Amino acid sequence: MIKQSMRKILIIIPAYNEEKCLTGVIEDLRSHYPAGDILVVDDGSNDGTASVARGAGARCISLPFNLGIGGAVQTGYRYAVAHEYDIAVQFDGDGQHVAADIEKLLIPLEQGLADIVVGSRFLTAGEYRPSFFRKIGISIFSRVLSSIIDIPMTDTTSGFRAANRRTIQFFSAVYPDDYPEVESLVQLHRASMRIQEVSVRMRDRSEGKSSITPVRSVYYMVKVLLAVIIDLMKKR
Amino acid sequence: MDIVKVMAVTGSGSLLFVVFELIRRGRLKERYSLLWLAAGVVLLILSLSRELLEYVARLTGIFYPPSLLFLVAFVFLLLITLHFSAVISGLSEKNKILAQELGLLKQALEDIRNEYKRS
Repeated sequence: MIKQSMRKILIIIPAYNEEKCLTGVIEDLRSHYPAGDILVVDDGSNDGTASVARGAGARCISLPFNLGIGGAVQTGYRYAVAHEYDIAVQFDGDGQHVAADIEKLLIPLEQGLADIVVGSRFLTAGEYRPSFFRKIGISIFSRVLSSIIDIPMTDTTSGFRAANRRTIQFFSAVYPDDYPEVESLVQLHRASMRIQEVSVRMRDRSEGKSSITPVRSVYYMVKVLLAVIIDLMKKR
Repeated sequence: MDIVKVMAVTGSGSLLFVVFELIRRGRLKERYSLLWLAAGVVLLILSLSRELLEYVARLTGIFYPPSLLFLVAFVFLLLITLHFSAVISGLSEKNKILAQELGLLKQALEDIRNEYKRS
């Protein structure tokens, strides 16, 4: 328990125009997971994301322009390196993730069984029902990734993850720009980091729609698969 | 002098002249002008000497020698755009790092300011 109270935990929330949801997300975190320091990375938002974040009591980094989810999350990892955090948790700003589940993500890290823990919606049957096309995409990604890293992965695109110091260090140097989740897991695996999934709950988005339109989802598939193939060909 | 030669010499000569002028006025950096200069020089040489043009065309199996000029110009354009894509990729990576560092710096400054106010 002494060790637990000494570890420094950073919760990274990448946010692009999330002023409507952010207060709720930060309140959820402060009441259900007070041990973590909350850092909102405002990715060049046009709305009041930064002031809402500060108003709710979170720290906030405002990027001068939109870098995309990858660049924003990586900013959080760089902050974690600079301030010597032991654990960094990626948490969505749209209210999908459940703050009380963070404790579950940290267990494998604390036992030293994993370098990154991914929160999965699909490990146990939940209420989340993806559309037909999304289901296909999810199953392709999970098959490709599972075969590369040799352990079954059910929720490869999950943005709810916890990283230890080694992974924080790695991500602060190398992190993909857009649609980074799948590719970053391949890169971690290539750097011999251990990946583990745990089951988490996932809420419906409290505000706004997914940024993924049909055209973008095709780009998403092609980009991620290409990036994965290229990562596999790169020299270690 | 046939009309093809006049056009080709004028074209590649003007290209070289414009590139030189841009470098001289500091509007084009030397490192981004090398491929342009190479294209200009090769095209000018091939345009000036009909014998050389015909010789290279025969070697490469090109039936109508002046179309070799198009091929050479096309290959150079491909090289130049590919070079630019690589340059842009490097710049966008540097740009990302700058933006991240700026965000981190602003946050650190804010922290220091708050601490200063409290004391």
